[in-house]
Amino acid sequence: MAEATAHSSGHSHGAHAHGHDAAAATAHAEVHQEHPIRLYLIVWGWLFILSACSYLVDYVGFEGYLRWTLILIFMVLKAGLIVAVFMHMAFERPALSYAILLPPVAVLVFVALMVFEADYTALTRLNFFGTGG
Amino acid sequence: MAETTLTNTTGIGPRPDGWRGIASDWSSDQRAFKNVSWGKAMMWIFLLSDTFIFGCFLLAYMSARMSTVVPWPNPSEVFSLHIGDVSVPLLLIAIMTFVLISSSGTMAMAVMQGYRRNRKMSAILMLATAALGATFVGMQAFEWTKLISEGVRPWGNPWGAEQFGATFFMITGFHGTHVTIGVIFLLIVARKVWRGDYDVGERGFFTSRRGNYESVEIMGLYWHFVDLVWVFIFAFFYLW
Repeated sequence: MAEATAHSSGHSHGAHAHGHDAAAATAHAEVHQEHPIRLYLIVWGWLFILSACSYLVDYVGFEGYLRWTLILIFMVLKAGLIVAVFMHMAFERPALSYAILLPPVAVLVFVALMVFEADYTALTRLNFFGTGG
Repeated sequence: MAETTLTNTTGIGPRPDGWRGIASDWSSDQRAFKNVSWGKAMMWIFLLSDTFIFGCFLLAYMSARMSTVVPWPNPSEVFSLHIGDVSVPLLLIAIMTFVLISSSGTMAMAVMQGYRRNRKMSAILMLATAALGATFVGMQAFEWTKLISEGVRPWGNPWGAEQFGATFFMITGFHGTHVTIGVIFLLIVARKVWRGDYDVGERGFFTSRRGNYESVEIMGLYWHFVDLVWVFIFAFFYLW
């Protein structure tokens, strides 16, 4: 039985051989993500506050770099809370979190490339239309 | 049996954390994700690929907006609603944001209740999540209708750069599709939880595999991702 429990806790779909008891044991193994309800409620509250803040950025009418900085700060904080707590990334082993969280950095490289490209396109358009074709 | 014995953490003893843990997990000539089931790992990898899709959409939007010489329509005015005589900027979008965040909260609770074996509570919370998701899609349909009636098309609009319509319909449409698929799967998983399929190891209709309550967590991963994408769309498309 001990072996059966260890089996099903490591391999979520291994419960088929053991029926109800082993399935019940699975739920209480360390592998699964169980956290106090308080944690979720606090994060939920913060997500509401941060969303309200980012909406206020527009409502108050900040412009320029202040607006963009605030938008990015609230966005990153919200995304971080969702991924870390709601998606349990903070509680996973680093082998998984780095495998999933590092590849999107490539998108940022792509962003940098396209910023140069878009600037260049805008410049050529201004030249073209500015001189009347 | 031999293979599954290797894949559980209780059987392989304590493992190092941090960078040493990454190196030892990945170089162990076994599976890299020691205590994560294949279902959860594959959902994460799918979400990673979806991240690239939405990343490319937002990148295309950035390039279009940066390179156009025609002024971009002001989203604060385009998406404003008139309450009586007062024009409130981004009102509908703000409500949609709060609806989606609420649904993420109920989903997190549903995952927790599932692992605690509170079947009814877990199913009810998932149904609440699905209802909030459906509300979101409904409001998006209203928003699309309003914009289309005002003359926004993928090839033009009354206020400025023509790319506005194309990027708007593309990005919000793809996101709305994700929400819709999520609602459908939420209903399916909620029904299975309600009936106790995961307690008795009933075979699923789709893969014929026996599920367990981790399916709720995997469903939750997808749902939170939908919320996550909206965070970026809200920031870059509506607020920027």
